[in-house]
Amino acid sequence: MQIYLPIAEVSVNAFLLLGLGGMVGILSGMFGVGGGFLMTPLLFFIGIPPAVAVATEANQIVASSFSGVLAHLRRRTVDFKMGTVLLIGGLVGAALGVLLFNYLKSQGQVDLLVRLSYVLFLGVIGGLMFLESLRAIRRSRRSPGTTIRKKHTWIHGLPFKIRFRVSGLYISVIPPLIVGLAVGVLAAIMGVGGGFVMVPAMIYLLGMPTKVVVGTSLFQIIFVTAFTTLLHATTNYTVDMVLAVLLLVGGVVGAQIGTRIGTKMQAEQLRILLAMLVLLVCGKLALDLLLQPSELYSLGTAGGGH
Amino acid sequence: MLRWLFLALVVTTLPARAEEVVLGLSQNRVAITATFDGSEILIFGAVKREAPIVKAPPLEVVIAVSGPSLPVTVRRKERQFGIWVNTDAVEVDAAPSFYAVATSGPFGEVLKDVEDLRHRISIPRAIRSVGAPQGILDAQSFTEAVIRIRKRSDLYQMLENSVQFDEQTLFRTSISMPANLTEGAYATRIFLTRGGDVVSTYEAMIDVRKVGLERWLFNLSREQPLIYGLLSLVIAIAAGWGASAAFRMLRQG
Repeated sequence: MQIYLPIAEVSVNAFLLLGLGGMVGILSGMFGVGGGFLMTPLLFFIGIPPAVAVATEANQIVASSFSGVLAHLRRRTVDFKMGTVLLIGGLVGAALGVLLFNYLKSQGQVDLLVRLSYVLFLGVIGGLMFLESLRAIRRSRRSPGTTIRKKHTWIHGLPFKIRFRVSGLYISVIPPLIVGLAVGVLAAIMGVGGGFVMVPAMIYLLGMPTKVVVGTSLFQIIFVTAFTTLLHATTNYTVDMVLAVLLLVGGVVGAQIGTRIGTKMQAEQLRILLAMLVLLVCGKLALDLLLQPSELYSLGTAGGGH
Repeated sequence: MLRWLFLALVVTTLPARAEEVVLGLSQNRVAITATFDGSEILIFGAVKREAPIVKAPPLEVVIAVSGPSLPVTVRRKERQFGIWVNTDAVEVDAAPSFYAVATSGPFGEVLKDVEDLRHRISIPRAIRSVGAPQGILDAQSFTEAVIRIRKRSDLYQMLENSVQFDEQTLFRTSISMPANLTEGAYATRIFLTRGGDVVSTYEAMIDVRKVGLERWLFNLSREQPLIYGLLSLVIAIAAGWGASAAFRMLRQG
């Protein structure tokens, strides 16, 4: 069934959108990532204008994360204090990101920015996660039951220390603020929740226990993407409600299934799967940049769409 | 045939031009609804004349349907540092968002170039481009890109020999419009030509509009963007919470 999207101004198959939402929703629930890093490129591929895809995806992530965070709240795996610190950074980052997005849109470089950001972030994070998970699996096979020793790094030397009880941490607020800020910028310019950056950063940089990482990141993502949605809706008019509703109907159902699958799998297996997925998307996007496109010209609204 | 002879007799008393168009459209407005998937418009009409039909050179019909003309920025990619990035940009001053030309014969035969220039009928002539910024020598290739890209998505159509023209009097054609239309008034121009010269013109408008929910959402997003944004969030959160609650109930029950 074809459906006409009022803001994107294109006609697409409604079942295709439901299916995409469901598929990405399952992954979102399993890994605690918003799923935007998969959905946004997929929306480009089916012909949604990039600016609409990025803004609408932010809206859809709010919904898919909401059902996920409810599941985590019931299991008490959300660190609200850490989540709030990450959120403060995130809101500032989102505002900066939308400014940058609108400037580059007027320069005709927003596509490049989005793609390069994807290749860079997905490549580095996917690679790191892959290696780390391989090492963790090998370690657990050799001596089952040993825990990873907490290392004392430069992060513990920073001022403004706060105790995060749920995470069992006593660290400075500066690293989580910076992590939140970076994630906010990514949310605004890439149409992602930023879970794929935040989850590894929380585990490896902040040293948070894996069990609270997913819930806490979802908590931050909800508010940052909601803020991003409002910014895009008021400055660019690019949030397509019909598109968002179709994606999230599939997405919320998928996320519930995904959360259930996630609890049954081991953390290392989960992480290596996510790493492989991240590297796959990265490779595809890198190829698009490196190979000569079949059409060298592209059309845009004059004046950057204003 | 008799009817047209009769009509011809009637109009001889009117102080009109030699040959005029009487036009009909299957629809004069296109409604973009939630399930809009393109539209087919039937354009038909007759030639009203006061004199007997002149057989040679034969009368021909050219029909041009044009969407609203808007400026377009065309960007070209170049390989820099190993990757393909947008470098040069040219602003085309006005290019119709949709443009279809249908003719009753080969375009070059039914219309002289000088007439095409005067009435801006062929696709390249319908696009207005004043000049390129300094440093871009091949501005023409940017205009060509607009035509190429829009032809590929059926926004620009050159339909030679697609107008059926019976007895030098009755003509009809159908124009299919794709789903990704821009809203606005679509000018439908009919040209009657003889030996390549335009002998008569006629113009009608087709109104392309979003209706219903589409109209309401679009207006809200432009006029009350904050309320629209908040509404999107509320709907998203309600759906998220609703699905979560439904799943929990399913598991318990």
